Formats: sequence, C-alpha cells, structure tokens
Amino acid sequence: MNTFLTIEDLTVTLGTSCPILRSVNLKVKAEEVRGLVGESGAGKSMIGKAVFGTLPTALRITSGRIILDGEDLQSLSPRERRRIIGAKAALIPQDPLTALNPSRRIGPQITNRLVDILGWHKADARLRALELLDEVHIPEPERVMRSYPHELSGGMRQRILIASAFAAKPKLIIADEPTTALDVIVQKQVLQMTKEMQKRHGTALLFVTHDLGVVSKICQSITVLYNGLVLEDTSIAQFFKQPSHPYSAALLRATPKYTDPDSSLMPVPSAVIRAADEEVRACDRIHQNV
Amino acid sequence: MDNARAQIKRKIGVRLWLSGGWLTFLVLAAIFAPLISPQDPLAQDLFTSRLPPFWVDGAEPGYPLGSDSLGRDVLSRIVFGTRIALSVAFIAGTITCLLGATLGLIAGYFRGWPDMLISRLVDIWMAFPPVLFAILLIAVMGTGLTSIIIAIVVIDWTRFARVIRAEAIGQSAMDYVASAQVAGRTRFSTMFREILPNVLPTIAVLLTLEMGIAVIVESILSFVNLSISTDQPTWGGMISEGRVSVHQAWWVLIFPLLTLFLTVLSFSQLGEGLKDHFDPVLK
Amino acid sequence: MTRIKRILLRLLTMSITLFGVAVIVFFVIRVVPGNPISMMLPPGAQEEDIARLQALYGFDRSIPEQFFIWLSGVMQGDLGTSITTHQPVLGLVLSRLPATLELSVVALFLAVFIGGFLALASTRMRGTRVEGMIDVANGMALSIPDFLWGLVLVLLFGVLWPVFHISGRISPTLDFQFQTKFYLFESVMRLRFDIWLDLVSHMFLPALALAIPLAAIIAQLLKQSLKETMHLDYVTLSRTKGYGENHVIIQEALPNAILPTLTLVGVQFTFLIGGTVIIERLFSYEGLGNMAIDAVINRDLPLIQGIVILFALIFTIVNLAVDLTYAALNPKLRHG
Repeated sequence: MNTFLTIEDLTVTLGTSCPILRSVNLKVKAEEVRGLVGESGAGKSMIGKAVFGTLPTALRITSGRIILDGEDLQSLSPRERRRIIGAKAALIPQDPLTALNPSRRIGPQITNRLVDILGWHKADARLRALELLDEVHIPEPERVMRSYPHELSGGMRQRILIASAFAAKPKLIIADEPTTALDVIVQKQVLQMTKEMQKRHGTALLFVTHDLGVVSKICQSITVLYNGLVLEDTSIAQFFKQPSHPYSAALLRATPKYTDPDSSLMPVPSAVIRAADEEVRACDRIHQNV
Repeated sequence: MDNARAQIKRKIGVRLWLSGGWLTFLVLAAIFAPLISPQDPLAQDLFTSRLPPFWVDGAEPGYPLGSDSLGRDVLSRIVFGTRIALSVAFIAGTITCLLGATLGLIAGYFRGWPDMLISRLVDIWMAFPPVLFAILLIAVMGTGLTSIIIAIVVIDWTRFARVIRAEAIGQSAMDYVASAQVAGRTRFSTMFREILPNVLPTIAVLLTLEMGIAVIVESILSFVNLSISTDQPTWGGMISEGRVSVHQAWWVLIFPLLTLFLTVLSFSQLGEGLKDHFDPVLK
Repeated sequence: MTRIKRILLRLLTMSITLFGVAVIVFFVIRVVPGNPISMMLPPGAQEEDIARLQALYGFDRSIPEQFFIWLSGVMQGDLGTSITTHQPVLGLVLSRLPATLELSVVALFLAVFIGGFLALASTRMRGTRVEGMIDVANGMALSIPDFLWGLVLVLLFGVLWPVFHISGRISPTLDFQFQTKFYLFESVMRLRFDIWLDLVSHMFLPALALAIPLAAIIAQLLKQSLKETMHLDYVTLSRTKGYGENHVIIQEALPNAILPTLTLVGVQFTFLIGGTVIIERLFSYEGLGNMAIDAVINRDLPLIQGIVILFALIFTIVNLAVDLTYAALNPKLRHG
C-alpha cells in the first residue's frame, strides 16, 4: 500500500534551543485513519502546522523530512511547496465558527482552491462543490452556496468545511480536533460524516485529538505524543488491548468510558510522568551529542 | 518575554526622557528669557534686517539665528515666544481638562438626562470646524491671552468629555462601584472616590496631549493675526511673517517652526509615554 | 427596529444638531462688540444712514427676532446677503464649495492610499526592520497636526526643493475658461491634461498636509485590525489551501479588517475637512475656509453664518454616509 505522508525525524524548536517536536516519525498510508493523541501542549497540532507550512514565525524546523505523496516538501521552493500542499493535502479546522471567512459567500470559499490554485474552470468547480455538499447531506446546496457563514448553524458549517477539505481530491487530510468545539450530538454526526467521506474517497486521514473515545470509533492506528516525543505507534486493536508504553496505559485509564461515565477516573500517575520526562531528556541528550 | 518587555520599557524611557528634557528646557527658557536672549525681542533695526544665521556668510555676532525683515533677533523672539506658548499650554490645557473631564464624568456616571444633554452638546460641537470656531470666538472676544484661553477651552472640552464619559461608563459597570453604593456611599462621593481615581491615568494622558494641541491652536491664531497683540513675539506670528518672506529669508520661518514642531512632538510623546506607563500589561 | 425607522431617527438627530449649530453661531456672533455696520461706512456718517443700513440688514430688531427671520430664510434657501460684497451668501458659498470639496476628496484619497499601503506593507513585513521604521514614521505623523505638516511641506517642496506651487489654486497666467467650479474634474473631462497638471501641482502640497495625519491613523488602525484578523482560523485555512502571503492578506484578511477602520475614518474625515480652513489659508487656496477667515476678519456676519452652517451640513452628511456604507458593507447587517 502507498504511504501518503511520511514524517522522518522531524524536530521543531522555539527559537534556537527549546524543542517543541523531538525527532518525530510518523506515517499515514492510503485509506488509513491514524489518530494522533496527546495532552494539550504535547505538540500534536504543531505536526499539522509543520506539514502545511503554517508554523508560528517563532518556530523553526531544525531537522527532518516531510514527504507528501512522494514529494519532499522541505526541498521545494516556498511557491512550489504551497502548490503541492494545496493540491494534495487539506485541513479540517478545529472551530467551524471562525474557520469560514465572514465576509464571503460559502460557494467561493469551497471553490477558490480549485479555481485559483488548481486552475479548474469556474463551472466545473461549482458542480464539484454542489456534489460535495450533497455528499455531506446539506439540504438545498444551491442556496447554501449563496449564503454567508453567519446564516448557517455550527454543525452545518463544520460539514461545509469537511466537504471543502475533500474538494480537490487530496491524498491526505489532517483533521485538527474538528469535534472539540461542537456539542455531543453534532460531534457524533460530524465524526460519522468524516469517516464516511474518507472511506468514499480513499483518503489518508490524520486525526488529531485528545479524545481516546473518538479515536476508538474511527481510527485504525494511533500515535501517542508526549511533550513533542512519540511514545507509542501502534494499531488501534493493539493499543486498546495492551498498550506498550506505561504512559499510554495511564492515558487509557484516565479516559471516561461511555458505557460507565462514573467509573473511577485515574489521573496519570506521577511516576509515569517522571518516566516519560526521563525519555524526553534522554532524547534531548542524544541530539546534543550529535 | 521578559527581555521583550524590558526592551519596550527602555524605548518608553528614552521617549519620556527626550520629550521631558525638551519641555524642561523650554520652561527654563521661558523663566530666564531676559537673561538668555541676546537682543531685545522687539528692537527693530533696519541696518540689521534679514541677517542670516551664524553659519552662513554675512551673519553678525549677537544674532545667532539671524534676524527678520524688521531687524529683530530671531532667537530672542523664539525665547520670548516660549512664555506665551507655555502659558497657553498649561492654563488652557488645565481648564479644558477640568471642564471636559467633569462633564464627561457626570454624563458617564449619572447617565439619564444629564448624559442626554451633554452628549447632544458634544454632537453639536463636533459639527463645528474647530479652527473656524476658534477664529470666530477670537473675533468676537477680541485678541489677547484670555480670549485665546477661552477659545481653546470652548472648542476642545469635547475631547475630554467624550473619552472620560466612555471610561466612566465602563468603570460604572464594574462590581466595585456597585459594592461602594451598597455600602452606603452617596452618588457624588462614589463618583469622586471610586470612579475618578480609575480614570485619572486617562485624564493625565489627555491633558498632556491637550497641552500640545493648545500650543498649536495658539500658533494657528497667531498665524491669522488673531492671537496676542502684534508687538508681543509669538511662534505663530513669527511663522506667519516667515511664510511671507520665505523666499528671501528662510530662517525666519524654519527656526520657530522647528521649535513648534519639537514642542508639539514632545507633548504628544510624553502623552504616549504616560499611556504606556499606566498600561498595566507593561508594568 | 426597522431600517427606515433607524434612518428617520438619524435624520431627526441630524436636524437637531444643525439647529444647535445655527443657534450657537447666530448668538455668539451677535455678542460681537462693535457694530459691523459702522465698519462699512466712512467715518462721520450720519446717524440716519447708519439706521437705514441697520434696517436693511435687519440689525435693528431683537436678536431672537433676527434669528427666526434668518432661519425661515435658510429654510427657503436664502442665506442672506454678504455685508462686504453685497452678494447673496448662498451664491458666494457655493462658488467656493467645489474648491474645498476637491481638496478634501483628493486629500482623503491620498490618505487612504498612503495609509492603506503602509498598513499592508507593515503586515507583509511584520517582524522585520521595515515594520519598525513604519511604526516610527507613523508615530511622528500622528502627533503632528496638518497645519505644521503644511508649513514643513512649504519649506521642503516650495523653498528648498521647489517642485510644487505653494500658493493659489491655478496659475494666473493660464488662460482657460472653466464651465464649472470643479476645475480638477472638469480639466480631466475636457482632456486638458496640461491644465490638470497645473491644478495638481497647486493642490498636491495642501492635500498632502491634510492627508498625512489621517494616513497615519488609517495605517495604525488598519494594521492593528489586520494583525488581529491574521490570527483567525479562516486565514490559516486559506494558507493550507496553497495561497501565498499576498493573497492571504489582501483577499482574506483585508475585507474583514477594513470594517472596523471605516467608522473611525469617517469621523476623521470630518476633522480633515475642518482642517481645510487653516490649510487653505496657508496655501492661499481659494476655497471656503479661506473665505471664512476673511469673513471673520471683515465681520461679515451673514457670510460667517452661511459658511459655518454649510460646514456643519457637510460634517453631518459625511457621518450619515459612513453609517450607510458600514451597513452596506457588513454582511451581517445586510441580511439581518
């Protein structure tokens, strides 16, 4: 099977010394849904930003390669890199309320990438947008295309963003906690929708979240990040049956079960944290010696 | 982060020192004007007319910045002009501030009909071109220092009233005001003891800016020959004369202009510096 | 509240404001010590001549009476007769209005162009030395008012490096018959670019002096607004679509950043128009403001009243126009 995204030894630092990502390795294959989990601040969103080239200006990629569908992104000119990204990858953002431009109609916001970056004809792009809106079960897509974002509900906007992400038939989609800002019922619909669309289009999906419940529902494999360091990279079945890292196990115990929300929640024990921190330090030591 | 903050602080410091330094220098010049001035600022002498400044050929000692078409010393006139500029700045600025801030506080804290009345007045005032209004007032009241001060107060009180009203509304909504009232304070005492101290920083900043504006308004009035009597040297008056003879004697325009420029810049930089100084985020 | 109701309410407050302006001007002027009539007559004029002239201009009646006579005239478009020129005030004022309007509008365009460019440039170059330099220049421009900029420009481009005219509206040597008072506009319409160039060379410095402070305000507000917008998710999303920095700033961030700037620019534009009074004087530009100062110096009461009312009318119309534009540009108000 093809590997659509390969991240090798990626290190991102704040300024010159403070590492945010520490030699991260990560692969997403065609048609695979990989969960990327970690606490807030673990650097999971930074991976997506590094791929898209939207890291904050204070952060720099100091080593590593990002290979998207055979193209080594770091070796390209900024202009080429943007084109490849626009054609082969897409982002489903976190907050549907702020991810649509309030002063533009929905239609152009879906089709602009197709027309401006990929050179489609306007009419083709419009047909494609209508087709996608239909796929995410948006009623009256013609009317929605003419609407402004503030006229639509949050769930509706998130579905539009999902449709928009699939517009250019991307190889890879990175979903950056797309359900966090939604209520539980809408959350469920959106998850289903994402999964359905991913299956239909055969796209690789990297699903960034802190919610193991969500991971268990839609992912096939999982990467656990702690303080910028990958602690575990395994299949879902293996992860939920027998996680190899004590931190993963602690994370599992700290997650509420849908079947039994009152069952005793265990905070991640400090011994586990200490052990994980020790691994982080060890990783830093190796890099200093190099 | 701390580094960046220190850097901003240092920048503010330099700004405050430079502008404060220039203004202190002006105050001293105004106080000791007779001692500093090389000539009598009013002495006309047609034999010394249009002397260039000291570094140009043809300059004469005793006229370091040259002389105007009537042979009056430019430096001495600038130094004596400082007296009027600063008097106007301090007196007009302070009175404007007292009047405007009081009305703003009343409107913002009491709301209701006082607010209606004051806000409507502000609206009407905003529909006047301020310079024209000032000129009109001077024409009505006659020239002189008092008229200028009254004109500045009358045209500029709205600047304070608008900002302080908005601040007072914001402060009134805070919990501490409600608790002061629950504790039995009268409305007036709450206004002075609770609201006023919290808008004082804004008032101080506005006051500094207003002083710069007062200097400008005085110059504009002098420029159209409506300020003080013509035999008293003012920066605006000098600029007006310099504008006429700019092709023959540029120094008559450039030195008072430079002084005015630096003074206005200093007042506004002082104001901006104070604003940053009071900003709790940078503290 | 419906839209029509909102507009009616605005018109009502506008007329209250204008009425207030009229009352204040009228009464302030009539406290003038010294009889304006006596200045028109040679010394030693007969008592009865003075009385006749006073009656002619209505100065023999009580002040409130004079006010209502004047006000009812204004309602019918009659602003009275100028004392110094003996011509109808309305005609005088309208003959100067185009010059002031052209100057203000050109200054506004300059300000928007310079301010907008600086805001976009410093957003594009954020974090570099260019941004710092723009900030410093902006701070200077903000704290110095138009009058001083005018003088500085006179010195720089009129004297030290004389490339522009520093006085008048058009070179008196040019022999050209204008059909309207909108010289700049007319010269373009009639394709007389030599005339146009001469007009521009006269207008450029006063317009620039008026524009500099406003440009600085626009640059500062728009930059702040852009800065906040650039962090929003839709901007990031458009970056991931493959768009470059220029497109992101201009197409995505700018339309949303303009709106908060617009209302403030409207208020500032009225300040700019107010500034024409002294700037026209400084550059001997024959507009309303220059005429106003002459009227004040000559104590031409009907003319002063007419000009002040006209300025007040322009200010209120500009404010109304800004509000309407804001409503038209804001999609939330458009459909709400």
